[in-house]
Amino acid sequence: MNALIEIEGLSRRFGAFTAVDGVSFSVERGEVVGFLGPNGAGKSTTMRMLAGFLPPSAGTARIAGHDVQTDGVAARRKLGFLPEGAPTYPEMTVEAFLRFCARVRGCNLATVPAAMAITQLEEVRLQPIETLSKGFRRRVGLASALLHDPDVLVLDEPTDGLDPNQKHEVRNLITAMAPRKAIIISTHILEEVSAVCTRAIIIARGRVLADSTPEALTADGRDLDTVFRALTLGEGEVA
Amino acid sequence: MRAVWAIARREFAGYFATPVAAVFIVIFLVLAGALTFTLGGFFGRNQADLLPFFGFVPWLLLFLVPALTMRLWAEERRLGTIEMLLTLPIAPWQAVLGKWLAAWVFCAVALALTFPLVITVNWLGEPDNGAILAGYLGCVLVAGAYLALGAAVSAMTRNQVIAFVLGVAGCFVFAAAGSPIVSDFLSNRLPVLGEVARGFSVAEHFGSFVRGVIAVPDLVFFAAFTGFWLFANAVILEWRRGA
Repeated sequence: MNALIEIEGLSRRFGAFTAVDGVSFSVERGEVVGFLGPNGAGKSTTMRMLAGFLPPSAGTARIAGHDVQTDGVAARRKLGFLPEGAPTYPEMTVEAFLRFCARVRGCNLATVPAAMAITQLEEVRLQPIETLSKGFRRRVGLASALLHDPDVLVLDEPTDGLDPNQKHEVRNLITAMAPRKAIIISTHILEEVSAVCTRAIIIARGRVLADSTPEALTADGRDLDTVFRALTLGEGEVA
Repeated sequence: MRAVWAIARREFAGYFATPVAAVFIVIFLVLAGALTFTLGGFFGRNQADLLPFFGFVPWLLLFLVPALTMRLWAEERRLGTIEMLLTLPIAPWQAVLGKWLAAWVFCAVALALTFPLVITVNWLGEPDNGAILAGYLGCVLVAGAYLALGAAVSAMTRNQVIAFVLGVAGCFVFAAAGSPIVSDFLSNRLPVLGEVARGFSVAEHFGSFVRGVIAVPDLVFFAAFTGFWLFANAVILEWRRGA
């Protein structure tokens, strides 16, 4: 069976600037890939292309076998995407927003209470999103990505702005879902990679510098932090 | 169609979740009423019809419709929600149509709330209610046309002020195209263009509705005009993706 996420030679240029430069990898069901890199490394741009929002300058991306450009609607049906900053409509209540997402996706509205339950949003379900803290907003975005129980999850900084308890909950949630899905999370938090990811991809200046298990990356006794800095500050390529 | 409906429903509720709906409707009603009774000389004409009212509607909508449409896409871009919306499993045209539909129904509600004028003329005399109905149909079609143009312009920018100004300018071009100033100017110099300008004039096609004539060419004009700008909106959205 093919991998749920297949990215081949994906590149994106903005004018003369190359944000993503020939990125290739694939993710199978059961894998949780931590997508690591400094700010501006091309993480969000890669995820946007994978979600079909940004057309690539070159290369292809497929979700569950559907090309995100030529067969975008079918690809996006299989995808739960949390964009950077978890944008939502501020004037809507949590429940109204999730019901809207469910309607557009054509899923049963019964999925809404379920998604609110696993992201612990029930207590604020009738509050306008603009009145919520950053952590709650992030969870609203997460809930909308989980509504339709997608095979593929692409989460851009899912734990940003959450307090330690909430981070722990989200990590538990990801670990619990992992066997049934292919998941990519981008993060700056290296401990998160050791905590939830089965694989780490380190990217800088638009190129993949390392693609391996967290254990293999730290096999030589260095901690992930040191490996990350060595790679992204330009020590050289590590396979 | 399900997704279109879901988007339209959210957008429509959005007008009422913010003061937009109240401000728009109140200002529209106040201006429409005031202009009809003062500049329009509603009583002085001593005729039971709504010609003064219908005369002002396209010019009122010229300013008020871009105020509605300026946020449609510009705000989605600014908030970043466009990324969330366009990564749902829908084609861009479904989002375009949903947003336009909600705004159109909203304008229709605002127009419907001018019903006291209809009651007034029926109280005072015996108007041709068929012509009044045709006039209202014309108003709704003008609103739809302006909305489509304004929404397309809004998709070009994340700045709402720019979206508003360009929207008003765009609507004005098509409202004024048939006016004597423009058509005389063009007829004197380039007669062919004078005809073309009148053909593209929203006001010109609206005129027949006010006279109580619902003619197929006018209906086709509004359908084509609106369809063209909705299509342009979807194209602009694709072209400006992620920009």
